[in-house]
Amino acid sequence: MNNKSILNSKKIKNFLKYAVLLMVCAFPALSFAQEKDTTAEVKKFSPKEVILEHIADSHSWHMIGKFSLPLPVILYTDKGLEVFSSAKIERHEEGETVIYKGKYYNYKLDHNKILAVDDAGQVNEQATHKLWDFSITRNVASMWMAMIILLLVFFSVSSSYKNRVGKAPKGFQSLIEPVILFVRDDVAIPNIGAKHVKYMPLLLTMFFFILINNLLGLVPLFPGGYNLTGNIAVTLVLSVITLIVVNASGNKYYWKHIFAPDIPLWLYIIMVPVEMIGIISRPFALMIRLFANITAGHIIVLSLISLIFIFNTLWISPVSVVFVVFMDVIELLVAFLQAFIFTMLSALFIGMAVEEHHH
Amino acid sequence: MELVKPEIGLVFWTTISFLILLFILGKFAWKPILGAITDRERFIEDALLKAEAAKEEMSRLTTENDALLKQARAERDVILHEAKKVKDQIISDAKEAAHTEGARMIEMARVEINNQKAIAMADVKNQVASLSLEIAEKVLKLQLADQEKQDELVSQLLKEVKL
Amino acid sequence: MTQDVVHGSIAAIGAGLAVIGAGIGIGQIGGKAVEGIARQPEAASKIQTNMIIAAALVEGVALFAVVVALL
Repeated sequence: MNNKSILNSKKIKNFLKYAVLLMVCAFPALSFAQEKDTTAEVKKFSPKEVILEHIADSHSWHMIGKFSLPLPVILYTDKGLEVFSSAKIERHEEGETVIYKGKYYNYKLDHNKILAVDDAGQVNEQATHKLWDFSITRNVASMWMAMIILLLVFFSVSSSYKNRVGKAPKGFQSLIEPVILFVRDDVAIPNIGAKHVKYMPLLLTMFFFILINNLLGLVPLFPGGYNLTGNIAVTLVLSVITLIVVNASGNKYYWKHIFAPDIPLWLYIIMVPVEMIGIISRPFALMIRLFANITAGHIIVLSLISLIFIFNTLWISPVSVVFVVFMDVIELLVAFLQAFIFTMLSALFIGMAVEEHHH
Repeated sequence: MELVKPEIGLVFWTTISFLILLFILGKFAWKPILGAITDRERFIEDALLKAEAAKEEMSRLTTENDALLKQARAERDVILHEAKKVKDQIISDAKEAAHTEGARMIEMARVEINNQKAIAMADVKNQVASLSLEIAEKVLKLQLADQEKQDELVSQLLKEVKL
Repeated sequence: MTQDVVHGSIAAIGAGLAVIGAGIGIGQIGGKAVEGIARQPEAASKIQTNMIIAAALVEGVALFAVVVALL
């Protein structure tokens, strides 16, 4: 009993020590922040702008301070393809407009959108309208990074399966195996049943793709911190893949359920459109769910950090930090949960499509 | 709003990247991994089934052994019982035989004894007769050694004789 | 300017209402799931899975509303 209380007090002491250390470490950063704010007194801090900028895609990959990694810009115009580095249209200072003279048009960056302009910097509406931006943006680049990580991880795991045939998993393999088994035994089999084998690669790829991007999105330092799974384009692609797989694997019972259900004829006018909307609305809900969850998480974390700059004082920072840590822990849970839910619901929809009915 | 408007570039790259990822992982990661897992599961299941079968076999053997043992024990009991019966029979037979033999021998001994006794008695009688004759002779010799006595006896005897 | 503020406020109210609805719904789901687990602890994993699915569906509806409010 006595020992325990001593231990507790030691723990508390250590905790206080670290807290003080953290405060001391944080001082220069905070004073820097304040200083910056005082120099730009005219421009009021706008949390909305900052947050939206952080969760949106961008044409360069911000590293630290003023350094960012330029990324290739690929434009498909009505005259042909244009490729140049994002460094050429990146603004170096606030309010500066940089115009890049391309092969076919001149381009400038406006709120992360590339616009076609004439020599004077006036927007060429017609050309901009026909401009297709296939740039390797921050999200694309970080998605590729996540994919390389996934490939490295799973190649090493699969090679250890080849080397250790019939043996118990070891090392990294034993970290991954329960997750794979979880996807198979708790997601695929209960929802799809005996036909799950065909869909396992898709479900596993989806699960790990969403999971790793969710997790890397939570890392605030350079390679992470992006908002890929909170980008509607990505969730759109994922849910469209689910939509296609579900409807491509739908059997006659699935289509009968939609177009010729066992109900009185006059109900068809209501039920058939409802079911047809259902085909679209389920993947649509998938898309919105993942997008909104991840984006909301990022917005909350950024809002809490913004509190420091809104109140413009050092003393709010402990509150911010505590809440951000708390939110990050919740986001960690959400990262897993959303990857799970997306995979789970995909499996559920596939299961509904391939289910055999016995009337 | 910007946020909910999908950008064509990202849609394009995500589609391509995800499909490539799906293909590569499906071919080089999920297939061997899931294959290995299923193989191992099958192996374990097999091993368990075999263990179960071995256990059943074992219990079957045990019950068989038990039955054999029981049978053997019962047989042994029967044999012992019979042996005991035979032994008792033999003992009682032997006893009876000994008894009759003894009786016979005793009878024979008695007859012999009687014979011997008779022989001995006859012998003794003879000896007694001869002995008494000898004694009588000696006594007579002694008594009739002098004339007087002879006369006396004769006279006595004559006296006794009644005519 | 005032119109923007009004828009923003109404959107915020709408988002708030959606969140209230979803909160009640998810609360009900969670509560009932815990009740179910208490009654049948052996079915806990099954109940949990279904609970998460149901919660996700409710949440999906709420997120629709929030996104619409944001628009």
